Formats: sequence, structure tokens, C-alpha cells
Amino acid sequence: MYAIEADNLHRTYRTSSGWIRRTRRTITAVDGVSFQVPPGELFGLLGPNGAGKTTTIKILNTLLLPTGGTARIHGLDVTRHTAEVRRRIGYVFGGDRGLYDRLSALDNLRYFAELYEVDPRVQRRRIEELLELVGLTGRQKERVEGYSRGMKQRLHIARGLLHDPDVIFLDEPTLGVDPVAARDLRAMIAELVRSGRTVLLTTHYMFEAEELCDRIGVITSGRMRALGTPGELKRHAQDRVVVEAEVYGVDEEQLDALRAERGVRGVTVDQRGMLQVIVVQCDIDGDAEPERFRSFVRQSLAHLKLGRVEVREPTLEDAYVGIVTGQEAAAPETTAVLS
Amino acid sequence: MNARRSLPRRLPRLLAVGLRTHIVYLSRSPLEILVALIEPLIFATIAVYLFRAGDRPGELLSAAVGAGLMGIWASVLFGSGAAIQNQRWMGVLEPLAAAPVPLVLVFLPITLASAAVGAYALLATLIWGVLLFGVPLDFADPLAFVAAVPATVLSLGMVGLLLAASFVLLPNANALANSLSYPVWMMSGMLVPVDVLPAWSAPLSAALPSKWGADALRAAVTGGDAWPPILICLAVGLCYLVLGALMMTWVERRARDTATLALA
Repeated sequence: MYAIEADNLHRTYRTSSGWIRRTRRTITAVDGVSFQVPPGELFGLLGPNGAGKTTTIKILNTLLLPTGGTARIHGLDVTRHTAEVRRRIGYVFGGDRGLYDRLSALDNLRYFAELYEVDPRVQRRRIEELLELVGLTGRQKERVEGYSRGMKQRLHIARGLLHDPDVIFLDEPTLGVDPVAARDLRAMIAELVRSGRTVLLTTHYMFEAEELCDRIGVITSGRMRALGTPGELKRHAQDRVVVEAEVYGVDEEQLDALRAERGVRGVTVDQRGMLQVIVVQCDIDGDAEPERFRSFVRQSLAHLKLGRVEVREPTLEDAYVGIVTGQEAAAPETTAVLS
Repeated sequence: MNARRSLPRRLPRLLAVGLRTHIVYLSRSPLEILVALIEPLIFATIAVYLFRAGDRPGELLSAAVGAGLMGIWASVLFGSGAAIQNQRWMGVLEPLAAAPVPLVLVFLPITLASAAVGAYALLATLIWGVLLFGVPLDFADPLAFVAAVPATVLSLGMVGLLLAASFVLLPNANALANSLSYPVWMMSGMLVPVDVLPAWSAPLSAALPSKWGADALRAAVTGGDAWPPILICLAVGLCYLVLGALMMTWVERRARDTATLALA
């Protein structure tokens, strides 16, 4: 039996605008997503903002009803066995909200321990263990409003583990956390999996997904576009090379010119202060191709202040960008109906 | 690791821990503290001058108690009415809703906490009345008074549950809350006896636990049998609890259906 099963999940939202001539729109957030996660696996769900990751998680953790398809946790249907599913799952989300900030960590945990049906006889010990696990021992009596974002995130994790769930949903747990705290959180997540729990993680950080996840699913426009181990996903980009160029002052027109070149699969820009790092994914067909693309990029950007231009092997992030940019444009996201 | 106990066995502890948590939380709000200091002073002043102007100085204690009840209702109306929205703004609504316990048992302690904070307003109004205006503290039946206060708080907390579930559906609930303050003060007889109101308002008054709570408190202060109104107050409150529970269950289902749990 799988720990998590999503079978042809659909979720649409209806919105309306206008007064006299009212326009109703149906927005498809999740459009036939299916996947299975065996017990003890750390499964990553990746995708751009608005891709449907959080909607999928919220269906799986019972906070949202699907408009189609089924979802099960350890064989329990999330819409029919809601309370039983909730006893077996933990939900941790990113950000510094979601806690009673005028209360101490201890008061927060005591309260949620009661709501999550932790036996009163073991509550104290359980809370102490969790405070130790997330490194908040000694700070538990301080008000949460004085905590750093990383400390709040660790408290979120402690709360999600109070009732010792089998399945844990981590929705961007390292969002906005400083690098050292994020590293600690990743170590904590790895430890959760080592202790036999099943984890579903969403993140925007590819290195995080690559470091932690046994398998990864990539969602765009509500559909699962790719599914496999990090190594398998990288093979999506094995027929490519990446040319990376550091430049100042590139504009959209120049990027479009790069995109129009034969063999160029996608172009993205990473803004780092004043510096722009242009990543050009190129299909290769022969040994001379990488050098041809490097020359092409160098020539195309020669009139700008240009730094390093390098050819490198594609990473998981490149594979992800290739999957996302290749698929995103194709899917119609909304259908509009006039009434 | 959990030897899970049945809900009826867990219920008292669940409510107690919830109540304690939310009272502590409310008591640490600078705004709540400011309101708690100023509002009873205003209510006590209104009550005392109203009754002095009415040439009924002998009923000053009764007036102060009525004014204190106004404080409880104000706390319930604004605290409970905005309870779901407040949890949503804090970002805790989703972890609360994802808990295995029914959502109604999550919110009942929150609305009871609002009412309990309001009980402080009653106490503070009495203290201001004694300190500033020399209101005499001579209760006809102190025991009945001590019983009537928690009964009224409990019942109004149950009303708060219905308000919490209903107000979350309204786009401008604060405006409605404002407009509900005075009618309930009037219809409950907190300052003016309900028998001076038009006859058509009698059934509406009878449907308000605050009316029975006010009757009980007034009887405990001025003399009379306070126990029947205490029991009616609790019974009416239980009706609101049932309505509130049904409404809360429906609201939760609707929120899961329309994806409005996390929306601020």
C-alpha cells in the first residue's frame, strides 16, 4: 500500500467579476495529477508559482476538496476518512506566520498537542523531545514574536510532528530562511525520512530537491510533466548543453534574438544585483555544437559589457527549467464563460 | 505512541487548554488591554449618570452590573464575531482546521475566551463604579450573583460560536457587528428594563441569553429569585451552541469546497 496516492486529481475554482455584464471564469489549478509515494520515500513536488503544488498538497492534507479524482493516505480516502487521515499526517508550511506569536513556543505546542490528540500522559515528554530535535530547548518559554524566521520554521516542524504522523507534508519549509538555518532544516528533513516517515516536499530550490528527494515530480499548469529520480530528470537534458553568460544591461529584445537561434531550447535570466546571468539551453547535434553556441552567445552579446561565457553540463535545475519552459506555454489555464 | 482516548473523555481538557491558551493570548494584546482599561470606565460612567438623571440612585449597583454586561456583549460581538478571520490573519486557521478534532471544538474555546475577557469588563465596571462614583456593593444574593456571571459568560460564548461561523460568510461583518451592539443592549434589558419596550420585541428578547443573564444578575443584586433565569440563560445558550455547531460544520465544508480557508 502506498503512503500517498493521487489518482487523476482535478481542482477548479470559479471566480466572477463585473457587475452588469458578469464574467465567470473557471480556473484550473490541478488538472489530472497522478502519482504514488511508497512509505519511507521523500518525494519532491516542483513547479513554478501557481503550478498547482500547494493545491495538490492541500487536497492531500484534507484542507481542500478535489473537484475530481481521488487521493488516499495509507489507503484512506482524504474526502471520506478525513479525521483518520488527519491523525496520520503532519502539515508544515513555510513563512513566519501560522503561530500564536504572543505565546511561547511551549504554549503553542501544548495547545496544538491537545488539538492533535496527543495523549496528555506523554505530551510533556513528546514536547521536550521535539524541542530538542528542532534545537529550541532553552528558548521554549520565550514568546514566538521574538523568534527569528528560522526558529519559527523549526517550531512549525515541531508542531507538525507532535502527533508522530506517518506522512509529513512540507510546503516550502526553507522559504526565506537564512542559508545556515536552511541547512539545519534540510538535515532535519533528512532525519525524518531516516526515521521511517514519508515526506512530500515542495520547494523552489533545486539543490535542495536534488540533495533530499528520492523522486521528484514536476508540475506546471496543474499537470504532472515529469516524474523520476533526480538522475532520471537530469536525463531530460542529456541531449543539451548550457551556455552561461554574465552580462550587464541585456534587454528582452536581445533575449528574443537568442531564443530565435536554431537549436536554442530556452533562455532564462538570473538577476544578481546589477549582474545578469543568462542561461541558454541548447540542443546539441555533434561535437562542434557546444563551441558554436558559445561563439553565438558571445557574438550576440558582444555590444554589452560581457563577463564570463562558459559551456557546462546541464544540472537538475537546467532539466527543470527545460521541462517547465517547454510545457508551460502549451496548456490553457482558464476557460472564460460569459453569463 | 498515542493511546487515543474517546472525544467525550478528552473534551473537558480540550476545552480547558483551549480556553487558557486564548485568554492568555488575548490578555497579551496591547489593544485588548487598552480597551479593557477604558471601556468599563465609559460604561460605568454612562450607567451612573443615566440612573442619577433618572432619579433612581438606589439602583446604581444594578446599573453598574448592566453596564458590565454591555462589556461582555461587546467582547463577544467583536471578539467572537471576528474569531475565524483573526485566526486566518494570523495564519493559524489552516493548522487549526487540519486538526483531527471537530472545528467546532477548536472555536468554542476561542469564543468562550472572548466572553471570559468580557467578564473582566463586568468586574472592572463594578470597580470603577465603586471607586469613582461610590456605588454600594450590597448584593441581595451574592451566591446567585457568583453563579449568574459564569452562566452568562458561558451562554454568550455559545452565542459567539454562531456569530463566528456566520460572520465569516459576510463580506463586511464589522459593520454588522457595530449595528448589533445597541439593539442587543436594549433588548436584553442591560440598562432599560425590557418591559418598557414594545410588546413585539418580547420574543426577540426572550431568545437572547443576555436578557436572561441580565435578569439573573439584577435579581441577585436587588433581590428576587435569580435561579430560574440562570437556568433559562444556560438553556438558551445551549440552543445557540447547537446552531453554532451546525453552522461551523457547514462553514468548514464550504471553505474546503471553495478554497477560502487561507484567504486573508
